[in-house]
Amino acid sequence: MRNNSEPTIFDLSSVGRNGYQLPESDVRGSEFPTEFAREDLAFPELSEQDVVRHYSRLSALNYHVDKGLYPLGSCTMKYNPKISEKTARLDGFTQLHPLQPTETVQGALFLIYDLQHILSEISGFTACSLVPAAGAQGEFCGVKMIAAHHAYKKQHQRKVMLIPDSAHGTNPATSAMCGYECMPVKTDSRGNIDLEDLASKCNKELAGIMITLPNTLGLFDENILKATAMVHKSGGLVYGDGANMNALLGIAWLSDLGFDVMHYNLHKTFSTPHGGGGPGAGAVCCNRLLEPYLPGPICEMIEEGTKDEPPFYGLYSPERTIGMVKAFYGHFTVLVRAYTYLRVLGANGLRRVAEYAALNANYLMQALKKTYPLPYDRTCIHEFVLDIKWEDAPDIRALDVAKRLMDFGYHPPTNYFPLIVHESLMIEPTETENKRTLDEFIEAMNSIAEDARHAPEMLRKAPSETPFGRMDEVKAARDLKLTA
Amino acid sequence: MYIPHSEAERDEMLAAIGIDKIDALFEAVPEKFRFPNLRLDPGRSEYEVELELKDIAKANLTVDEIPCFLGAGAYKHIIPAAVDAIISRSEFYTAYTPYQPEISQGTLQSIFEFQTLIARLTGMEAANASHYDGATACAEAGILALHHHRGKRSKILVSAGLNPMYRSTMRTYLQDLDGTKAESPQVMKKISEVSPDSLIEAIDEDTSLVMIQVPDFFGQIWDYSALVKAAHEKGALVAVCANPIALALLKSPGSMDADIVVGEGQPLGMPLSFGGPYLGFFAVRKELVRKMSGRIVGETVDARGQRGYVLTLTAREQHIRREKATSNICSNQGLNALTAAVYMSLMGKKGMQEVAQQCYEKAHYAARKISKIRGYKIVSHTPFFHEFAVRCPIPAFEVDEMLLNHGILG
Amino acid sequence: MKILDNLFYSKNDEWVKIEGNKATLGISDYAQDALSDIVFVDISVSVGEELVSQQNIGSVESVKAAADIYTPVEGKVTAINQAMIDNPEGLNSDPYDKGWLLELSNDAGFDTEGLMDAAAYKKYIDERG
Repeated sequence: MRNNSEPTIFDLSSVGRNGYQLPESDVRGSEFPTEFAREDLAFPELSEQDVVRHYSRLSALNYHVDKGLYPLGSCTMKYNPKISEKTARLDGFTQLHPLQPTETVQGALFLIYDLQHILSEISGFTACSLVPAAGAQGEFCGVKMIAAHHAYKKQHQRKVMLIPDSAHGTNPATSAMCGYECMPVKTDSRGNIDLEDLASKCNKELAGIMITLPNTLGLFDENILKATAMVHKSGGLVYGDGANMNALLGIAWLSDLGFDVMHYNLHKTFSTPHGGGGPGAGAVCCNRLLEPYLPGPICEMIEEGTKDEPPFYGLYSPERTIGMVKAFYGHFTVLVRAYTYLRVLGANGLRRVAEYAALNANYLMQALKKTYPLPYDRTCIHEFVLDIKWEDAPDIRALDVAKRLMDFGYHPPTNYFPLIVHESLMIEPTETENKRTLDEFIEAMNSIAEDARHAPEMLRKAPSETPFGRMDEVKAARDLKLTA
Repeated sequence: MYIPHSEAERDEMLAAIGIDKIDALFEAVPEKFRFPNLRLDPGRSEYEVELELKDIAKANLTVDEIPCFLGAGAYKHIIPAAVDAIISRSEFYTAYTPYQPEISQGTLQSIFEFQTLIARLTGMEAANASHYDGATACAEAGILALHHHRGKRSKILVSAGLNPMYRSTMRTYLQDLDGTKAESPQVMKKISEVSPDSLIEAIDEDTSLVMIQVPDFFGQIWDYSALVKAAHEKGALVAVCANPIALALLKSPGSMDADIVVGEGQPLGMPLSFGGPYLGFFAVRKELVRKMSGRIVGETVDARGQRGYVLTLTAREQHIRREKATSNICSNQGLNALTAAVYMSLMGKKGMQEVAQQCYEKAHYAARKISKIRGYKIVSHTPFFHEFAVRCPIPAFEVDEMLLNHGILG
Repeated sequence: MKILDNLFYSKNDEWVKIEGNKATLGISDYAQDALSDIVFVDISVSVGEELVSQQNIGSVESVKAAADIYTPVEGKVTAINQAMIDNPEGLNSDPYDKGWLLELSNDAGFDTEGLMDAAAYKKYIDERG
């Protein structure tokens, strides 16, 4: 059988080859001091074509959104519009040093200012910082802001952060980084926050609660107003994990539902590409109470414009800010992409995003629940969770179905999350997939359900049609080899 | 835009679900808060938005239009055209995190190559798949050190020569961890006195980490071997925040016995982009591998015996450890790590060293010329790498204003 | 699932073997099976350290999971099984014998209150499914 492994860039190296020619220096004559000089640098030596071919061959081994359906629950793998790639590469954005005088970067500052405004408006909040580098960092900022507020109010006994048991692991990890003790809150039989359990944990030690809405089961919590009111009543604050905001665009304002602060994942909701794992961006929005704690720098209008002069923009950090969380102002060219997307969609386009995301998810769910167990059977919003437990195919696990989907040319859904569903497959089709794609996916899933009964080894051996088979993860961890 | 259904298809789908309007899917949302009126402009065509963005871009003055002498953590270097050609392949940029290794070998192997290049450049045994930027990589080094000492040492000594934004970021990250202090004990009378040796006497039994920058914020190159020795004698770890271009010529921190090497990877083929996205690199010696947060790629074999790569040591991370994870990071700067790998591969050993050499000699040429102008004095000590501080006869911002009037970003 | 008769078990799936003033502890067969292939063992205490009951002594990791380990009894650490730190897969193949992790001593003897005997532990496992 053919070996699909690509040699490493080091395997391909040949002494004396050159991949790039720099201009000749016209100011020679300064020798680097030998006492500080290194002996060797074991870097590869290749021509430009060697490098281009190597990475092009590697790229062909990747699945990606431009190739096909990517129904990863909670990841919102929707189509990334090409116009955003074009605008983000304009020299007027890429060729700006972050420390240039503000009068030379008024365009960039305007874009930040306007995006802060748009994101605030979509969530119903009054203020926004675009600094956080990723959703996890946005979360860190939001929880730090809650902590800073309690500290300012001398509420030092507030040590507990509540986290629903359906939450992503980032939530407890974030709380711990902010010095909080995490306490889980149960999910009830309809997939909502269990109010009785919540009530038992609302006391004067409560710092707040982190809620993902819709939750990781893809359900809009029917108890949300009661839950946020209970937390506020005992002096806690409510954090919104915006992982699933795609489902709420133009549908509801988090501010109306009792949230105090939230983050967006611009790479999910506003379709900036995922880049093979990053960079994303994780804007934070909040109400007036928490505004003084936002991470800076934030963009403000310093002088209003006149008939002849445009407004003048500048940067500031709020008075009681949690401090810097990274250098400079956020992932600026990611912000340009999100801004482009938002300007194309506008208010009407945004609501359609959420509506069609819900339509696609419910259409898939109705079709698949005929062949797959659906633990929470009610209208979902943007995603839903199946539980791979068939009485007549007890040995088949979620992992097997996931791996077999690759043989049908699909990226598998998220599996083994949320933790409250043991053999979970979490499916989020997003609004950008057409009916034909969804119908073909349903057919593939049905055919796999059939094979699970009659040819289970097809699932357990899967994938067999991909360039690589299942990887030995145990060997990778035991015989650590992290460099070539 | 970007919604593919025809009306007929939509109606078929609604019928299959058993409803007649999409609105019915949102009945769980409290009615009085359902469908708020967003006060935003209506959508526009792609073409109109493109013109709008071009106008916004034009309102900026770019470093292509006038010479730029700004540094301080972000640098303009020559970027080979092949870099953007490769990272513009949608196979790379529209892929997700490589959780399914069977169909993600492109991303995984390129990260493995990135890790290897960073390990070789820094002289360390292992590197991770990257952090957000140089500042957060420094903060994560602090967290690593605290965990390494299992909470028994609470002090982190930070050199005054570390980029002030990185120092601020470390403070934000470390202040809520029990009793931890990130201190900068150096009294800086003169920039040229920010020597690593001046930190030595502040190292004590409570010190978990000593953090320095090479070259320091003022561009200065120091011999820090005495500091490393003193720190290790007291049981503290040493982290070096390094400029990756400088490392092409400098003795590697690994050869100087550093425990952790971090830094800002932007100079490795990334445009300035008004501050981001950049790339935090993070390398350690072998004993610290499992304490390093962030994604790590390891080599293995697949069921057919082919060499392949996977995300490994994932049981350290937040999705498994939850509140016991040492960091909440759940991404890496994937496309930026790819950018750096492509850049370093194209440049190779000779190219990297030539970039560093030219940076060095151009900075020294400029410094020689500036020092000859009356009233200006170079205050960074020699040797410096590609940045230096100058004392001006009038306030620096006035010099900058005048330079801008002459078409120069000072 | 193997459950040895002469051991005590904790709710966190540690076992402890008590021989006079000496106690040996490790993780149960059920625990190693639930974790699957163990790839890493970290012992965070050192020989000579005095431990209180329920103190965290380290953790074990597989590819998909991680579990903290706690000592079910009080005592002073007299030995650590370096072989398991070097070859964690030993915990999968022989959790009770070669797979011991710590040895403790306590001149006052060991308090086993709150720990389960083999029969009780079997019932406890069955109930968890």
